[in-house]
Amino acid sequence: MTAELKVYFSMFRIRFNHNLQYRAAVLGAVLKGFLWAVMEVLGYLAIYRIGGDTLPMELSRTVSYVWAHESFIVLFSVVFGDGEIYSAIRTGEVAYDLARPVGLYGRWFCQSASNRLSFALVNCMPVLILGALMPKPYGMTLPGSAAQAGLFLVSALLAFGVTVAVAMLMYVSLFYFISQRGIKIMVRVTISFFSGGVVPLPFFPDSLRRVVELLPFGSMQNMPLQIFCGNIGGVQALRGIGLQVFWLCAMVFLGRFAMKRATRKVSSFGG
Amino acid sequence: MRLYWNYFLMELKSQMQYKASFLLTMVGQFVTAFTTFFGIQFIFDRINGVDDFTYGQVLLCFSVIMMSFAIGEMFGGGLAVFPDLIREGNLDRILVRPRSILLQIIMPNMDFSRLGLLVQAVIVLCIAVPVSGVVWDGKKVFVFAMMVICGSVLFFCLFLLVAAVSFFTIQNLNFLDIFTYGMRDFGKYPFSVYGDVALKVLTFGIPLALVQYYPLLYLLDRESGVWYAVSPVVSLLFAAPSYWFYRFGLKNYKSCGS
Repeated sequence: MTAELKVYFSMFRIRFNHNLQYRAAVLGAVLKGFLWAVMEVLGYLAIYRIGGDTLPMELSRTVSYVWAHESFIVLFSVVFGDGEIYSAIRTGEVAYDLARPVGLYGRWFCQSASNRLSFALVNCMPVLILGALMPKPYGMTLPGSAAQAGLFLVSALLAFGVTVAVAMLMYVSLFYFISQRGIKIMVRVTISFFSGGVVPLPFFPDSLRRVVELLPFGSMQNMPLQIFCGNIGGVQALRGIGLQVFWLCAMVFLGRFAMKRATRKVSSFGG
Repeated sequence: MRLYWNYFLMELKSQMQYKASFLLTMVGQFVTAFTTFFGIQFIFDRINGVDDFTYGQVLLCFSVIMMSFAIGEMFGGGLAVFPDLIREGNLDRILVRPRSILLQIIMPNMDFSRLGLLVQAVIVLCIAVPVSGVVWDGKKVFVFAMMVICGSVLFFCLFLLVAAVSFFTIQNLNFLDIFTYGMRDFGKYPFSVYGDVALKVLTFGIPLALVQYYPLLYLLDRESGVWYAVSPVVSLLFAAPSYWFYRFGLKNYKSCGS
């Protein structure tokens, strides 16, 4: 077990150093996140000018939600630059991976997690700081209490886990489909929408929102972001975290099962 | 011309070879635009308008920008291969052929699955037109057509600019996406709602407001000045510096492939 952990950890370190190499790219990503968030905040400010009290979230909370969403966007994207895994499936190199003495599920899970985490640490945290420094209606409010911050951290970690576990399910589906591009677009779009990436879930019509909240979508970025901006707290947050634990276990179990089935009769392309 | 036509046909045929794959991608594009549409829908279920624009007028903006983006990206999106062409040295192969360089890159890289986005934009347009409160006449239909056509040209120019930057950087700078994909998302509201600074940038810098906000005022009879009607055509001036920048990059290009 410890040996395997060491393998995973060094994979993370390689990735992290690799991402630090391209300083211009880092600067670009920060600038992009910052400008994107500013534009989105300006859009929400316009909406709240008209219908401030008919909208389901307070303005300051929506603004914090936007900043947090933009800062952690990479952490909670199911489809992200996991080029090695896609090409391993496409070219048939996955056959080598299967021959390695490290389990394929654990290996890919860790690889996907480190791709996102290392990128997020370098590129996204600065956006969060910039967001906190912005003046009042445009800037975000950081969690007010230690309890809220703690709940956010736990929930974010779980949401990150669910996100990667769902990505694993998508990789397995690519064993069966040839069209990687089509699957990727479909998955990215539906998941981002239902987990609150286009508009926060409280804006959804009530009946739809209640269903979506129970599905894995609600346990992805939705939960930590709503805790972060103060929209969900206390017992409600704890219940949400419980649901996240359930979906994390369910998704990992499902992913392992599906991968076992898929690799048992893998017919790889490429020579 | 025959040559480019053949390129075009070849690409169309090859994309049609994998029908399921093509359809899936196209449906994906279709759904992408739909999520943005539902996002607007959910918000406007609760409020009546934004600044002094109604729901229908917002949808009109959304569909103009979506259509422009879909057409612009169908032609220009393929330019995203530029950094790869440069890095792998394949651009050199293209440079030695005695044909237009731009067309040699665009034609084989057209992405027809963008039609999904276009279909969706047309559907939104059909929803928007009856509720937008625009009194249509011949002149206004013409102005509207110009909005879409000039908007497509603008988006194409933006893709060209982003691609041309890679002459200097080699690496793909994805933050430039904000000028292409970002503008597609932000164009869902009339650009004036983003405040004066943003509107100025979008008028004099990247003139997307000229194909969306100003002609919209004309369509709504809020402004009748001739400048508001012809503003989409004025925005075409943007093509000149874009093309110049591309030529400039090309002239300074030093191969780095093997």
